[in-house]
Amino acid sequence: MNNNGIDRNRRRFLTAAATVVGGAGAVVAAVPFVAALNPSAKTKAFGAPVEVDVSDLQPGQRKVVQWRGKPIWILRRDKKVLEDLAAMDSIVSDPKSEEEQQPLYARNEYRSVKSEYLVVIAVCTHLGCVPAYVTADEPHNLGSDWKGGFFCPCHGSFFDLAGRVFKRNPAPSNLIVPPHQYLSDTRILIGDDTGAVS
Amino acid sequence: MNMRLMLCVILYALPLALFAAGGNLHSYRADVDVSDTKSLQQGARTFVNYCMGCHSAKFMRYNRMGADLGLSDEILKANFMFGTDKTSDLMTIAMSDEDAKQMFGGVAPPDLSVTARYRGADWLTTYFMTFYLDPARPMGVNNLAFKDVGMPHALMELQGAQRAVYKTATDTNGKAVNVIDHLELVAPGTQNQKEYEQTVRDLVNFMVYLGEPVRLKRQQIGIYVITFLFFLLGVVYLMKREYWKDIH
Amino acid sequence: MNSVTKLLGGLLDWIDARYPLTKTWNYHLARYYAPKNFNTWYYTGSLALLIMAIMLLTGIWLSMVYIPTAAEAFASVEFIMRDVEWGWLLRYIHAVGGSAFFIIIYLHMYRGMLYGSYKKPRELVWIVGMLTYFTMMGIGITGYMLPWGQMSYWALQVVISMFGAIPVFGEDLALWLRGDYVVSGVTLTRFYALHACALPLLLLGLVFVHLIALHEVGSNNPDGIEIKANKDANGIPLDGIPFHPYYSVKDLVGFVVFLIIFSAVIFFAPDMYGYFLEGINFAPANPLSTPEHIVPNWYFTAYYAILRAIPDKFIGVCAMGLASVIFIFLPWLDRSPVKSIRYRGWKYRTALIAFTISFVSLSWLGTQLATPVFVWMARFFTLIYFGFFFLMPFYTSTDNDKPVPDRIP
Repeated sequence: MNNNGIDRNRRRFLTAAATVVGGAGAVVAAVPFVAALNPSAKTKAFGAPVEVDVSDLQPGQRKVVQWRGKPIWILRRDKKVLEDLAAMDSIVSDPKSEEEQQPLYARNEYRSVKSEYLVVIAVCTHLGCVPAYVTADEPHNLGSDWKGGFFCPCHGSFFDLAGRVFKRNPAPSNLIVPPHQYLSDTRILIGDDTGAVS
Repeated sequence: MNMRLMLCVILYALPLALFAAGGNLHSYRADVDVSDTKSLQQGARTFVNYCMGCHSAKFMRYNRMGADLGLSDEILKANFMFGTDKTSDLMTIAMSDEDAKQMFGGVAPPDLSVTARYRGADWLTTYFMTFYLDPARPMGVNNLAFKDVGMPHALMELQGAQRAVYKTATDTNGKAVNVIDHLELVAPGTQNQKEYEQTVRDLVNFMVYLGEPVRLKRQQIGIYVITFLFFLLGVVYLMKREYWKDIH
Repeated sequence: MNSVTKLLGGLLDWIDARYPLTKTWNYHLARYYAPKNFNTWYYTGSLALLIMAIMLLTGIWLSMVYIPTAAEAFASVEFIMRDVEWGWLLRYIHAVGGSAFFIIIYLHMYRGMLYGSYKKPRELVWIVGMLTYFTMMGIGITGYMLPWGQMSYWALQVVISMFGAIPVFGEDLALWLRGDYVVSGVTLTRFYALHACALPLLLLGLVFVHLIALHEVGSNNPDGIEIKANKDANGIPLDGIPFHPYYSVKDLVGFVVFLIIFSAVIFFAPDMYGYFLEGINFAPANPLSTPEHIVPNWYFTAYYAILRAIPDKFIGVCAMGLASVIFIFLPWLDRSPVKSIRYRGWKYRTALIAFTISFVSLSWLGTQLATPVFVWMARFFTLIYFGFFFLMPFYTSTDNDKPVPDRIP
């Protein structure tokens, strides 16, 4: 080996250049591997918007559909329930829906486009369990002032019938309202709100 | 599986198969260009109208086809989709395999998603060009590329009906046999020869695309990748040369 | 800057006190002295490692989306090709990579035969390498089955039926391998477990042992001269140079050249005109109908041609097995005192050329239909193939080898 006459700068430069160019290549080569883990076209097709007909839904009743694999509840609320909601304002932690848990068009006191129908993703905002729907009329042990709502069995979070979480509950925020729009009076498209009035 | 039987097949029957497969007298060459969007659109139209009555393309999604062929959702729904209105759906058909088997004497029409990769574009072109009338077959037609095909000539209304003209030839054993010399048109269809050839060309082109939708994109990406690698080669070669100045 | 260097140095000391990191680096790379006269053939070892890494990586990714059941396998491959983002690329890399792996390994083995790399003291390196090759064959066969096309199905049916040729318990063994009376979804699922887990683990272990054994005895070279025989005062071989940086930068050039060719195939001819992905395999597996012309992957066709050349089932299968296993005995069949082809006499040179021609010819014949002429050709080349090995003790011990210099010229 001969250490004389070596251009150290040239050697250092070429090593750096090879590292940078090769490293850039490696980063680009990683793109397919990372992107391959994204939802596939099949998954996206399954996650396509879902159309629901609610004409047969009676007041107090609930319909469960799946959108992107999650349970979506469509709840028909009668006048009494809607009146009771105002009284809940002092008990719930975000009465005015200030946190962005809903599209703009559902940011109102009923958290819905039409006050009669609540459309909500039935996944507790705490750690992802599905809450139970407990009406005021059915037998329950949630106290005499229970006006009906949702109760998460995993860690005991309570939500009212607009999906608003009670104060000092494990769940940090209200239930999420998915993007949706009314195609007619009783047909709801869940998952797509393009063209909907906000 | 009887092993001896299989070995017999492998050792002795295959030469016969070679003999039977020989002779490309009636084969056509395909003209494939998956960057020709117009041709692909036209082929897709023929495919959904004439093929998808019985055949599915169940690995393909309408919206993928739309995106690759420059067709909007509205156009897809109006002109290409008949069984569904969800563009993310697969290109399946309503007919069940069992029904299809009943209809076509025991063999269900195969899915056509990857048929072009299996048969090749030249074979497909030949197949679409060489249907001829044969009263002995249940569907009334036979085919030069696919002997005793079970399928009717779906494009007959376009091509018209062809008849086989025979000639006498001697086989390898010196025996005189009747072989097909050429096909001739006996009843014209709605398209003339040139138009029909174009229809077939577009349809085969589309089926090649259908077999591998990423084909065009793959070649485009390949050019970038190889260009980059040549650049990298220059850099690492200079680096290697620099280090190897040490070695005498 | 200085403090960062110091911190890293401190970290390295901390690790070195607990794990031989620097020691390993020096032993295998920075102070592994390789002969200075490596030629193009010597790229094949590091290229094989590169392809193995590529195969492991793409294989892991494909296993996340592939479904190994008879009902879903074919569809899941098309799902990968269409619905998974970049799935087509991962699949093509893996499929083409399988063939590339075998090309490189065949060149790697041939290198050993050119320069006598299997001879003392590298017998174990060679044997472990051959075991690696057999493991690769297993991975190749099981992997070929996964797309569940017609070729996958029938090639496997034939391969497993070969075990049926073994007397007495052959048929029971074939049944046990299949787990069913014919090749079926049961076979597919268990072969997937072998392909994606068991055999790659074995491969990794063998490659590790191969490298450890190699670094114990040191690399051979195109002149077949032991560089360890001539050391300087510090015990460093006079004709050796540190693997890193000299061969690491050289191998990088080889890597990029390989990647250019590899990419050209992946992006412009991923099916390699039917040699890497066969057209028939785009028809789903159908247990009721055998395609007219079934062949194994191109990398098994030499053995396949030998099988077809012999008109007896059991002897044919034995000859086929022997044709692949016999390489293991090269260190003892070869009686020449000389390693490299450069100093061998005309006998070995002629024999190697004849063997090369017969291996290539058999590989080609195995892809063709077995017409009588081709079967006779295959018989002729099978004779030469085995003659190369069986006559080796005689022609190598009487060859007029040239004198080998002490130092690399």
